[in-house]
Amino acid sequence: MASVSDADLKQMTQEERVTALGMRTDQLTGRAMRIEFNPDEEERFEYPWAPAVDFNKRTELDVDEMTSTEVNTRIRELMAEGYGTIVIKNPRGKHSLGVGILTKLNLIFEGSLGYFGVGLIDGPNVTINGRVGWSCGENMLAGTIVVNKNAGSTFGAAIRGGDLVSKGSVGSRTGIDQKGGTILVGGNTGALTGFMMQRGRMVICGNAGKNLGDSMYDGTIYVGGEIQSLGVDAVPGELTDLDKAWLTRKLTQYGLMPEKGVDHFRKIVAGRQLWNYDNLEPSEKKIVL
Amino acid sequence: MAGTQYRGSEITDVDQFVKDAAGLESEREKEIGQHIGYRYDVNLVPDYNRITPFLSKYMETMGWDDLNWLEDIHMGYEDGAPAVFDRNNNGWVSIPDTIDLPDNQQDRDMIARELLLKFQMSDRHPLVMLRKAYMKF
Repeated sequence: MASVSDADLKQMTQEERVTALGMRTDQLTGRAMRIEFNPDEEERFEYPWAPAVDFNKRTELDVDEMTSTEVNTRIRELMAEGYGTIVIKNPRGKHSLGVGILTKLNLIFEGSLGYFGVGLIDGPNVTINGRVGWSCGENMLAGTIVVNKNAGSTFGAAIRGGDLVSKGSVGSRTGIDQKGGTILVGGNTGALTGFMMQRGRMVICGNAGKNLGDSMYDGTIYVGGEIQSLGVDAVPGELTDLDKAWLTRKLTQYGLMPEKGVDHFRKIVAGRQLWNYDNLEPSEKKIVL
Repeated sequence: MAGTQYRGSEITDVDQFVKDAAGLESEREKEIGQHIGYRYDVNLVPDYNRITPFLSKYMETMGWDDLNWLEDIHMGYEDGAPAVFDRNNNGWVSIPDTIDLPDNQQDRDMIARELLLKFQMSDRHPLVMLRKAYMKF
């Protein structure tokens, strides 16, 4: 990588930065694409650019008169000042609050959020003492989000990692297109929960609506209550001792452990009937030949 | 086409894709020339009795009670060699052959989690340069 200081990069346009970093002139010929781990890599637990925040350094922010953009900018400024615990007061259902936080942080909302709350996060622990609108935790990568009341539809849409918890009930299409992570629901969930799920785990302590796990490709759904109907290619799986140990640990962690334990949970997995790999490819090859 | 039968091969041995890089067992896989499905069990939940000190320290640093996003990380196999898929790099990263592989998937997964975490947080990760080039100042 070309040696250019961050201060110099800051003065440049994006085009100039790309050129200065050698990304335009990199010689790709003869270079292997193979990347190998270095077992002696330095032990580091956060991204190189992450601000050094201290969980014990706490502040409060009243956002009643602020726009969503102003709130999110201010959260970043506070993190740069080292605040590791930030309490947001009076969020009043504003949309897109707390999005795109890519490092550790304790973020507490005293109130409810609107649409797309705390999406795209990669590390923080978020507590929401209220409700959330559509698509809370959308595309979340890592961290925890605990909603202490109900949540709207598409809760955890396209989530890729981390724990997303609602202690109440949630709307329809929960975890649509889930690609990883864990979604826990203390109450009930609506129709088409787990629609097009690809991997990850979902735990519903209450009942699940129609078409649970419809078109799921992979992943696991555990349901403690009644299932109105299973979707296409969602089939019962065997609840193993490892599943039970994991469920017990996870539900206890978030105060959702049912009094009767986890033995009654049902496990739903993909039936693999929709796995069609390159069905047309051989015939296409023949046509080309 | 909906309603077709699953025509991939089952994973029966922890070294299946090390011993047989192609891993084309079923008739359908032989026909299309590629393995159907992941080369590891994506639904395997971690056994916390096997967690390593490094991963425990990571959990403590992040304020988590469990492995969080690392629960989805498993050791897979690419071209007959052990490797881990790095979502930040959108590609496989190989395990050096100097590392001895344990005889079970759970311990292999813990190694995979350690190595991936160290790589993602290092200055040599491709995301570092991309971020410098394309971030908003």
